[in-house]
Amino acid sequence: MKRLILALILVAAPVWAVQPDEILDDPELEARARVISKDLRCLVCRNENIDDSNAELARDLRLLVRERLVAGDSDEEAVAYIVDRYGEYVLLNPTARGANWVLWAAGPIMLIAGLGLGLVYLRRRQATPERKIEALSDEEKARLAEIMDD
Amino acid sequence: MITELGHFALVLAFLVACVQVVVPLIGAHKRWPGWMAVAEPAANAQFLLVAFSFAALTYAFVTSDFSLRLVVLNSHSLKPMLYKVSGVWGNHEGSMLLWVLILSLFGATAAWFGGALPPTLKARVLAVQSAIGVAFYGFILFTSNPFLRMAAPPFDGEGLNPLLQDPGLAFHPPFLYLGYVGLSMAFSFAVAALIEGRVDAAWARWVRPWTLAAWIFLTIGIGLGSWWAYYELGWGGFWFWDPVENASFMPWLIAAALLHSAIVVEKRESLKSWTILLAIMAFGFSLIGTFIVRSGVITSVHAFANDPERGVFILAILAVFMGGALTLYAARAGAMEAKGVFSVVSRESGLVVNNILLAVAAFVVFIGTIWPLVAEIAFGRKLSVGAPFFNMAFTPFMVALGLILPVGAMLPWKRASLGRTFKKLLPAFVLALALAGLSWAVQSGRSLLGPVGLFLGSWLIFGAAVDLWTRTGKSGFKRLMRLPRADWGKSVAHSGLGVVMLAIAGLMAWEQEDIRVVQTGEPFEIAGYTLVLDSVDRVQGPNYISTMGTVSLSKDGKAISTLHPEKRTYPVSGMPTTEAGIDNGILRDIYVVIGDPQDDGGWAVRSYYKPLSNWIWGGAILMAIGGVLSLSDRRYRVAAGARKMTAAGVPAE
Repeated sequence: MKRLILALILVAAPVWAVQPDEILDDPELEARARVISKDLRCLVCRNENIDDSNAELARDLRLLVRERLVAGDSDEEAVAYIVDRYGEYVLLNPTARGANWVLWAAGPIMLIAGLGLGLVYLRRRQATPERKIEALSDEEKARLAEIMDD
Repeated sequence: MITELGHFALVLAFLVACVQVVVPLIGAHKRWPGWMAVAEPAANAQFLLVAFSFAALTYAFVTSDFSLRLVVLNSHSLKPMLYKVSGVWGNHEGSMLLWVLILSLFGATAAWFGGALPPTLKARVLAVQSAIGVAFYGFILFTSNPFLRMAAPPFDGEGLNPLLQDPGLAFHPPFLYLGYVGLSMAFSFAVAALIEGRVDAAWARWVRPWTLAAWIFLTIGIGLGSWWAYYELGWGGFWFWDPVENASFMPWLIAAALLHSAIVVEKRESLKSWTILLAIMAFGFSLIGTFIVRSGVITSVHAFANDPERGVFILAILAVFMGGALTLYAARAGAMEAKGVFSVVSRESGLVVNNILLAVAAFVVFIGTIWPLVAEIAFGRKLSVGAPFFNMAFTPFMVALGLILPVGAMLPWKRASLGRTFKKLLPAFVLALALAGLSWAVQSGRSLLGPVGLFLGSWLIFGAAVDLWTRTGKSGFKRLMRLPRADWGKSVAHSGLGVVMLAIAGLMAWEQEDIRVVQTGEPFEIAGYTLVLDSVDRVQGPNYISTMGTVSLSKDGKAISTLHPEKRTYPVSGMPTTEAGIDNGILRDIYVVIGDPQDDGGWAVRSYYKPLSNWIWGGAILMAIGGVLSLSDRRYRVAAGARKMTAAGVPAE
């Protein structure tokens, strides 16, 4: 039921999300590495980023990200480097390229459509004259008496 | 023997459910009271049969009957009793049995408390509810039978997944299912109303308590799951936007929208067809959730034994029920004429905006959840949609909701003035702004997240307080306690949402983390707190071996508490789990996790300072309490009215 399950099955000797020996000496680089790793998926885990993951592969990826940063890559270059090798699948934050624009635009489009429909509905409600309240039928009268009674 | 009886009871329940679908529906159509009346005893019989079946399975787990396949796969004789019992639903087959148990329970309660319903509506509701039952009994009996025997029973079982050996398992799934399945009642009422061709204020009043109950259970279930993840998983995350979490979150959002639109139907006889559609969608999302969890088409952390046959079966159930209901909706929705007239600025409009925001937010979550599947099938792209996307795409809706909520909640019905309402809320607005400004000044040049969250949260909380206060009119405190429970419920639930928003933003903005190698006895600091790893011991648990650290926590030389972070290894499954050591505080948690021993004799230790984290669940509890208060409002006590009527001997119509 929990996210560790697969990771733990795959890893015989459990290692750990970010370990002390991985941390870079330069706090600024380390902070950037942490931000980057939060957006990269651990490929062998289920929906887990490499920053939180316990898998060996996640550790390798974390080290790789740090290596690239130490080598002087910008954040984008480091991510591109990983994507080149592991594919789009590693990005937890999908790009807007190709058909993915649908994914990104879906929220705003639906919101505008919803608000538009809502406004049309509200205007129509406002324009409708209030209907005359009809007299209650006998059945309804009986029911009303029942409700008022309790 | 008991196992076979349990199996047989389930088959009987299946048959009873078939009868309960057909006979009352015909009866309601032909106005034959005798045929309609079949629904009630059938619903009771169904519930008793499934309850017996569930009890039989529980008995097999408790007595560790290893001739049963399910028990072998998921239990072990050395397991503590709590986990033997909760292990019943810690697996696919058993959890489905719990699912139908709750389904039949809801059907039976509709029979018990539905005394005030018109007989045709009641018969139809019970028939539709039973139709859902038929589908799922079939699903269990044909694809996921929990009562299969082993040809050669082993001496002991394979044990329950160690991560599930936690009190969380005892409560989290049952509450979640109560919520999921509870929405089936809203669905049944909606479909029954479509068949009747009549939706009025009375219908809304009948359907709202069920939706409210389901929503309360979902709130508690999701909150429990989030809390469980927080303390169990070792880094204190509380929400991962995992497909299965989303599966429970989408019905929650839709149910919240439904609760609000049902008020408009009840008070103003408008938004009828939209409310019906929401009721259908809410259960639709429950079914989609079931499909996501059980089919394995979307990779999720919630590992259930999946197989494609089950996925196809659930997809078929989904198609039949959603397709059927929506077709009926298309044919009948036009007949539902709205009565109330209102201006563009009014409570009604506020609730319409609430519904738009909640429904669109739910659809954003839905698209994000299924997008990897769509992209792979349609475009051959293997991609991921994870937490960063959802945080970015979902949060704006909640911010907008938080901004307009206090104003919308206070607008009068029919015709309102924005200016006049806002004037009443001005003190709340200024106070919230001041708090946000204060936090902005105190924090040193970090993100806007904290102050914005603090503003939204306190705006909601103070707004809810102002709402309650203005309701008392001039008589002040005396009146406050005598306000209808629904008013209290509304304010409590809204402020609960405020607390959640504030806590999430605060936690995400001001959390601090420390990762290091620690030698025993050597102090280190996080956020002004001093931690010392006193010792690390091996401790034998009931069915695990633990590496337990003892960490003393102090601040400015004053001892606060001793924490025991653990790493447990379960020999039966060979799997380790982490148990964080947490010092719960009102304003912060200190969260310590112990890792591996290092070559130099030290231990890897991760510690966190987590501000406001408990308020996330505190807020969820407040929302649930708000729901309960609202549910206990006098006008919803359908049961009380019904009982009185029978006692007074009112003849059946």
